[in-house]
Amino acid sequence: MAYTEEELKKELETKEYEYGFYTDIESETFPKGLSEEIVIAISKKKEEPEWMTLWRLEAFKGWKEMVEPEWANIHYKKPNFQDISYYSAPNSKPKYDSLDEVDPELLDTFKRLGISLDEQKKLAGVAVDIVMDSVSVATTFKKTLAEKGIIFCSISEAIREHPELVKKYIGSVVPTKDNFYAALNSAVFSDGSFCYIPKGVRCPMELSTYFRINQAGTGQFERTLVIADESSYVSYLEGCTAPSRDENQLHAAVVELIALDGAEIKYSTVQNWYPGDKEGKGGVYNFVTKRGICEKNAKISWTQVETGSAITWKYPSCILKGDNSIGEFYSIAVTNNYQQADTGTKMIHIGKNTKSTIISKGISAGKSQNSYRGLVQVNSRAKNARNFSQCDSLLMGNECGAHTFPYIEVKNKTAHIEHEATTSKIGEDQIFYCNQRGISTEKAIALIVNGFSKEVLNKLPMEFAVEAQKLLEISLEGSVG
Amino acid sequence: MLKIKDLHARVEDKDILKGINLEVKPGEVHAIMGPNGSGKSTLASVIAGKEDFEITQGSIIFEGEDLEEASPEERAHKGIFLSFQYPVEIPGVSVTNFMKTAINESRKARGLEDMPAKEMLKLIREKSELLEIDRKFLSRSLNQGFSGGEKKRNEIFQMAMLEPKLAILDETDSGLDIDALRIVANGVNKLKNKDNAVILITHYQRLLEYIIPDFVHVIHDGKIVKSGTKDLALELEEKGYDWLKQEPVV
Repeated sequence: MAYTEEELKKELETKEYEYGFYTDIESETFPKGLSEEIVIAISKKKEEPEWMTLWRLEAFKGWKEMVEPEWANIHYKKPNFQDISYYSAPNSKPKYDSLDEVDPELLDTFKRLGISLDEQKKLAGVAVDIVMDSVSVATTFKKTLAEKGIIFCSISEAIREHPELVKKYIGSVVPTKDNFYAALNSAVFSDGSFCYIPKGVRCPMELSTYFRINQAGTGQFERTLVIADESSYVSYLEGCTAPSRDENQLHAAVVELIALDGAEIKYSTVQNWYPGDKEGKGGVYNFVTKRGICEKNAKISWTQVETGSAITWKYPSCILKGDNSIGEFYSIAVTNNYQQADTGTKMIHIGKNTKSTIISKGISAGKSQNSYRGLVQVNSRAKNARNFSQCDSLLMGNECGAHTFPYIEVKNKTAHIEHEATTSKIGEDQIFYCNQRGISTEKAIALIVNGFSKEVLNKLPMEFAVEAQKLLEISLEGSVG
Repeated sequence: MLKIKDLHARVEDKDILKGINLEVKPGEVHAIMGPNGSGKSTLASVIAGKEDFEITQGSIIFEGEDLEEASPEERAHKGIFLSFQYPVEIPGVSVTNFMKTAINESRKARGLEDMPAKEMLKLIREKSELLEIDRKFLSRSLNQGFSGGEKKRNEIFQMAMLEPKLAILDETDSGLDIDALRIVANGVNKLKNKDNAVILITHYQRLLEYIIPDFVHVIHDGKIVKSGTKDLALELEEKGYDWLKQEPVV
């Protein structure tokens, strides 16, 4: 019973999606297809002001003239955008004052995901805003936040209650016509989260949102807008799981971060959408645009653990506009079976003395393809810009691929750019060593992978790091036998 | 404790062990010596259950149980420990974390809960003092950037933590300077008691000055060609291995 590469691979392939169940909650769904009428209907449904409707229509007009990007190292059947329903909301609509009023089946779903609200509420300092199929159904800890003047609500609510902030900042970092998917999102986004931290305020808790896609054939288009006013601080967590479905589910989110002078935003994501079955059937298509802008002395940190989705197309980026601003990107991307990930970041240095750090850890198994794509751009005025990039790949088996596409554009000769890259494989001797110490192969792989990813896992807030480690194990281990 | 009967093993198409017989009882120290390529390390790997080797004949009985079907981790859980000649690096996994995982996996196999953190810390403190290991060392990535001596000391530290019934030390003395050798040997001696046993696999007599074996066996071409007491080791030191190669099998 030699534990060969072959067997290792087989074992990995047998790992089925753990959260593959479907919650039967009544939903109100729009007919399939996309047109001006649908865009207007969504806007109306959300009781939006006219400027928002016009903004959406403008985006839709732009989108119609755009084509899907093809430069990424991913291969898939393009979605039929007329075969998607662009709005779906759970029916038990009114906002709840307490969890007792929430649809018990929904609560049960969360319990099965191991993120029961009860638990979450008790977890020190975590406010949870849940987006399940587009509409927020529960918001907690709102009061504590309100006392500090922090606004944390759904984007729909923000459009109604804080139009001045939304109007000023939405589309300011990711313009409506930025790219094909961002334009689509701008036209049809159904919900998402909004967060505003006032001047000088340090958000006392980690803000957290759990996203799920729950309705068959419903594309989900969230929109997130986080504004950290001067000298404020916020740590924002975003975690996702999805039930298993046969058809591909399109997901095209837009996240915009605005860090004003001296502000700091830490944005952490754990993404575990359905990756498709072991033949590569089904799975979520995840086309996300995430970007933040740093004003003077501001800092934005993106940390992501990507284990799910059939296709991941995602480049959380930082525009380092202000002098002395800092951008960071820490990423773990795991692909197994037929998953494909093309992910990385863009660090755009505009201000003087700007600094960026990129740490990317790619882990590929099965027949998957894992690409890092990153751009470090130093503009002509960006004196003394510094970048450090490190891209490490870990391969398991002989049928997967790891690719690195680093782009560096420097227009100022005072810049210091460093790039390091490594590729390694989990060795049988490492596994045997662990086995000899009484550690099973499954556990050994988890240990090695966690060790490989440690620099990034360390960047995650504590409770999230635990979840992320669990996810890495789920994604890569097979139940032996 | 350990009974090896007429053990034959091969890797790919090459026969390496050609009829090993060995019995180790609790409280004993056995030294296995022999020239390069004689099968010493293979024997260690086969006992530990390394799956590259195929057992073609014979058996390994440990504590009355045939090990044939046991996976390497099951053997570890039963109390077999192998100190590797070339310990592997596992980047990002600290010595402490590795040991915690190993101990808790063994406990799980015995139906026990994880070791409470307090107890674990106490154990780590105790064993690191025993082996004169700087606590800073324990937070470093397993074997990464370790010197030869550090690697071997780390192996013995793991042995101390796991408290095996049978410890096989594969060329633990190689690559050690005299101070490191003394520390490692002292560690092994301190861990030694009437209930456990040690198999020392070594090339040289040097280690046996520090860890006194009850028996010395010489392997040549996959067989034990001579067994004796510690005097045999001295004789080997003097005469080399060649005189044994010529001798007929006893």
